[in-house]
Amino acid sequence: MRIDMSHGSGGKASADLMKKIFAKHYSNDILNKMEDAAVLELRGRIACSTDSFVVTPVVFKGGDIGKLSICGTVNDLLMMGAIPKYITAAFILEEGLEISLLDQIVSSMAKAAAEAGVEIIAGDTKVVEGEGGLYINTTGIGLIPEGREISASNCSEGDVVLLSGNLGDHHACILSARMGIENNIKSDSTCLNGLVNSLLENDIKIKAMRDVTRGGLGTVLNEIADASMCGIEIREEALPVHPEVRSFSDILGLDPLYMANEGKMIAVVAAEDAEKALALMKQNEDGKDAAIIAKVVHGKGVTMKTRLGGSRVVDVLYGEGLPRIC
Amino acid sequence: MNIEQIIQQLKEYEGPELKIMEVCGTHTASIFKSGIRSLISPKLRLISGPGCPVCVTPTSYIDRCIDYAMKDHHVLVTFGDMMKVPGTKRNLSQVKGDGGRVELMYSPLEVIEKAKQNPNITYVIAAVGFETTAPSYALTIEEAIREGIRNIRILTALKTVIPALEWICENEGGIDGFLCPGHVSVIIGSAAYEELSNKFNKPFVVAGFEPEHILAAIYDVVRQINNSEKDNPSVHNLYKNVVRTEGNQKAQNIISRYFEHGDTMWRGLGMISDSGLYLKSEYADYDGGSKGLDKDAQLPVACRCSDVIIGRANPDECQMFGKACNPMSPYGPCMVSSEGACGIWYKNIKREYNDEN
Repeated sequence: MRIDMSHGSGGKASADLMKKIFAKHYSNDILNKMEDAAVLELRGRIACSTDSFVVTPVVFKGGDIGKLSICGTVNDLLMMGAIPKYITAAFILEEGLEISLLDQIVSSMAKAAAEAGVEIIAGDTKVVEGEGGLYINTTGIGLIPEGREISASNCSEGDVVLLSGNLGDHHACILSARMGIENNIKSDSTCLNGLVNSLLENDIKIKAMRDVTRGGLGTVLNEIADASMCGIEIREEALPVHPEVRSFSDILGLDPLYMANEGKMIAVVAAEDAEKALALMKQNEDGKDAAIIAKVVHGKGVTMKTRLGGSRVVDVLYGEGLPRIC
Repeated sequence: MNIEQIIQQLKEYEGPELKIMEVCGTHTASIFKSGIRSLISPKLRLISGPGCPVCVTPTSYIDRCIDYAMKDHHVLVTFGDMMKVPGTKRNLSQVKGDGGRVELMYSPLEVIEKAKQNPNITYVIAAVGFETTAPSYALTIEEAIREGIRNIRILTALKTVIPALEWICENEGGIDGFLCPGHVSVIIGSAAYEELSNKFNKPFVVAGFEPEHILAAIYDVVRQINNSEKDNPSVHNLYKNVVRTEGNQKAQNIISRYFEHGDTMWRGLGMISDSGLYLKSEYADYDGGSKGLDKDAQLPVACRCSDVIIGRANPDECQMFGKACNPMSPYGPCMVSSEGACGIWYKNIKREYNDEN
């Protein structure tokens, strides 16, 4: 069975799709009321983030667009120190999409949401002409506990930057799939609740956090340096990259510094907390390759101390990270 | 001599200022990424040559690509890094946004399958590259002929390295020594540089891509220049396990089976005799009209890429640098390539520059 235009009509076919796919996997007190809008009781400071997911292929090694759409939004909430609570899911389906594939992706979303402790409280489905593609938008809401101040503008000279694991896995995985290259590279798509909670619960003074997604580490560190009006100096030797991703990106002329991840974060902490924070990250499966990669210094922008002792400027990513041929 | 000693010698170099050109985009990238410029004496100036075939394609070629992308029943197929090279009015990325049919490839051989599946569409391959990529276009044509596929054209802007190096050597006040392009050398062999080295009495060194390899090659160039009164500079191959003296004969054969040499335009440099590769007349049916795309009209007079590329001017001596010409809207090849001389210069001074403005 495939999706056709009638599934987006709002009539019988839409209702069937709702019952057979969405209601089967998503069920909670708020959603089950089936009103025009979800009604939430929330008190305090609220963090809100929205993101659209358009990745192809929709299923890849280590995950799928469904898992990605939950983890991406949940991670954005976590990076502000929020406790993720609720999430909405809007689908744009292209006609021709296999309904069994949709079922698989919706089920994967439900699983990821349960693991991340968020409830799916609203949703929408539209169908457009096309070639069987699928796009998802999610919007998440989280609560920021009293007294928690995490912001990219908080960093100052002497602070230390930790990275939770290997760079470029998601990017290399997706590109391999698109190019039809067989290898063992898996996307690192995951929700970072465990990693963030272990830092916060153990009283690590986190100044700033960011997940390392589009634009890569180089872009993220530039954002932090600009927001905090300070410099950041990376140590090249400290950057963790899986050997297979390293050789894959070397061949294509891509730099792991600018490649996307979907389950990695940086945390900027006070120097005295750095070793403890590193040990906490490493105890977590999603942080086992964590490393102290940079320090916040006087000045501006991001620089790198290279393996041979040279130094260079690390700029933001310009344009799209496309393979070079020369 | 170990790498620390080489770095120390290069750092403490006190002789006359030397301009050393790396011709290969991958060398440029490695030099940039490893911070080699910060490790050696400022008297050793590393100049990034025209080592990116994409960046030296003229505007008229891009315009022709755009015409195909907008033409009914045609699809333009290209490598990703062509997307932002400026044509007269637009680049391919903008054209795609405007509804032009542009598809990205990782290898031209992918087009064979597309062409078979959609016989009513003509696939025009933007065939850009040096000797390294030319064989893959030749193989594509060979495969198309073997399978009787008629709906593939190639639009060539293929370039060969030796005539460009000769052009650079002939320009006064130029380069003192060369790091030969690594991948191209695999195809053409280290012997290909001997004539140039003898004629212009300059060192040519073939090197690998690790920063250590590059430093060793720079050291070798400097040493050859210092000893040039006793020994004539020559071609040294420091990458012998990969680059053979005679090169890759098989690749050379397939290039010469399908292509012949002709004059071609290099963005920012001008016309260089015999530096292009065009399909031979017997394969004209597969040619997308590659000859005569010589106009580089849109490059403003103020652009000084041709001086920058031979080390005669620094990027910031160009009036357009950082103003009209920047990484998001580049004009000349040195800025089109993020690793070109102007692109790198911009990254290193951008912050100070923004403060002034």
